[in-house]
Amino acid sequence: MKSDLRILVVEPNPDRVREIVNALEAAGWSDVKALEQISALDRTVRDLSPDIVLIDLANPDRDTLEHISYATEASKRAVALFVDHTDDNLTKAALNAGVSAYVVDGLKMERIKAVLETAIARFEITRQLQSELDAAKQALEDRKTIDRAKGIIMRQRGLSEEEAYTLLRKTAMTQSRKVMDVAQALVTAADLLS
Amino acid sequence: MSGTLLNCGYVPLVDCAPLVIAKELGFAAQNGLALNLVKQPSWSALRDMLALGHLDAAQMLSPMPVAMSLGYGGLAARVDTLMVISVNGTVFGVSNALAEELGDVRFGDARALLACLAQRRGAPIRVGVPFHYSMHRLLLSYWISVAPDLAIEEVTVPPSRMADAVADGLVDAFWVGEPWGSVAVHKSVAHLKMTGRDVWQFAPEKVLAARHDWVRDNDETVGQLMRAVLLAAQWLDTPKNKPLAVEILARSEHLSMSSDLIDPAVSSHLVPYAKAPPIKVDRFVQFHRHASSFPWRSQAAWIAHQLGAGDAESASAKACFRSDLYRRHLSDIGADLPGASEKVEGALQYETAVASSRGHMILAPDAFFDGRTFDFGGLS
Repeated sequence: MKSDLRILVVEPNPDRVREIVNALEAAGWSDVKALEQISALDRTVRDLSPDIVLIDLANPDRDTLEHISYATEASKRAVALFVDHTDDNLTKAALNAGVSAYVVDGLKMERIKAVLETAIARFEITRQLQSELDAAKQALEDRKTIDRAKGIIMRQRGLSEEEAYTLLRKTAMTQSRKVMDVAQALVTAADLLS
Repeated sequence: MSGTLLNCGYVPLVDCAPLVIAKELGFAAQNGLALNLVKQPSWSALRDMLALGHLDAAQMLSPMPVAMSLGYGGLAARVDTLMVISVNGTVFGVSNALAEELGDVRFGDARALLACLAQRRGAPIRVGVPFHYSMHRLLLSYWISVAPDLAIEEVTVPPSRMADAVADGLVDAFWVGEPWGSVAVHKSVAHLKMTGRDVWQFAPEKVLAARHDWVRDNDETVGQLMRAVLLAAQWLDTPKNKPLAVEILARSEHLSMSSDLIDPAVSSHLVPYAKAPPIKVDRFVQFHRHASSFPWRSQAAWIAHQLGAGDAESASAKACFRSDLYRRHLSDIGADLPGASEKVEGALQYETAVASSRGHMILAPDAFFDGRTFDFGGLS
């Protein structure tokens, strides 16, 4: 019987929440709730009294969540999953995927294992998508800065675009800095002087 | 980077400075260490990463190694404190509304402030702290323990959200490490009322910690790390170096914020509320002077005692603060070593010269605001 576990997902990114909740529901757990942020004053976590809380390892709300768990009566206290050393492979997989789980003390490992495996898979996929998105955004930003720096050099020194880029690269190499950093410094300086 | 690779976790706060300086100014490299500083999003994450072996060492809140070694809360593991990274440096602040209610209380007067708060009627005062096992929380409970009528609700809030929490009315007051108190003042949402040292004048704040087993198996690396951090702490407590320290900490890869917000803690001049003149706070964040780096075994016992441990546990907690390693690894680079490894906590009202290996050790006052003293010498 899968549906008797109450699962809470703490995650600020709505797309990610949807992914994870859908995946858990599709796998047969019907009692899945999500929270954007944990506020220690909010009674939601206590009122929901989840059996399992899933939260990104990097989410700063973890400290708040732990404190709520200390303040909860002992029989309902959720403990960090890592405390349980019965399944080191699962713990390792969770850590690599960036999932931390808080599980009510005494819950049998075999009951939560499937939930975790589903969560780990989803966290991994969404994390990868997110970092690809971030990388693409950053690349675009960098290109804009480098284009601006090239423009400044072309105007000030009457060089062609290719010559301007070569100059940027040469400067970066002699100073052992990144092309991007040299470009950024030039753009900042130009903004200050204009 | 060449040398032995060492992954060290930290949380970007002003008092992570000895680690950042050890890396950036080459004290680590000079001691044969490729120090890789790994920023952590929360204290829970840092603790898990250290306990599970993804980090070799870490900056921790001073109660964390004691709590972990005694098996309190979260993940239990035997963790040692190699040395103290910083002493003092936390602030207690209140919301603008509460500041108005309290009226004029002299900055730093812990007793008067407590008396004012205790007179207040109504709902419990919600106080934000960064983590349950923090010196902030221990000082808060110690302070309010003498006012049994005062109702306080402890709320855990990540430091970077403290200013918003007080602005949004989620907390009425907070106890936080710098720069986050100054950030709240800069945003005009809070008044600072005192610093941690107004409750305990010499409170170990952050420590350098590692797993007990790892420490046993990596003696040479442990020595390299401790020497690098000690040299950085010495450098940091030299007045002429402070502006450069602020600039390095402000960089994007570390605190990533304006140096105006970092300067108050490093220069020991706190602005208590928006547009107020700065107040000089003696011995605010200390990295090296007055044997700040020395892990006194009695400090570990005091922490254990405050966490509610009995005598036997408090005695075993002493072993987490590795004054033995400090003596062994740091004597040959000129660290002045105190004659004893324990002291009566709270006994010093004034700066006091004590017996030490090089003979110039002056301990700073370590008195508590209520004058209590703690002698754990009988516990072993």
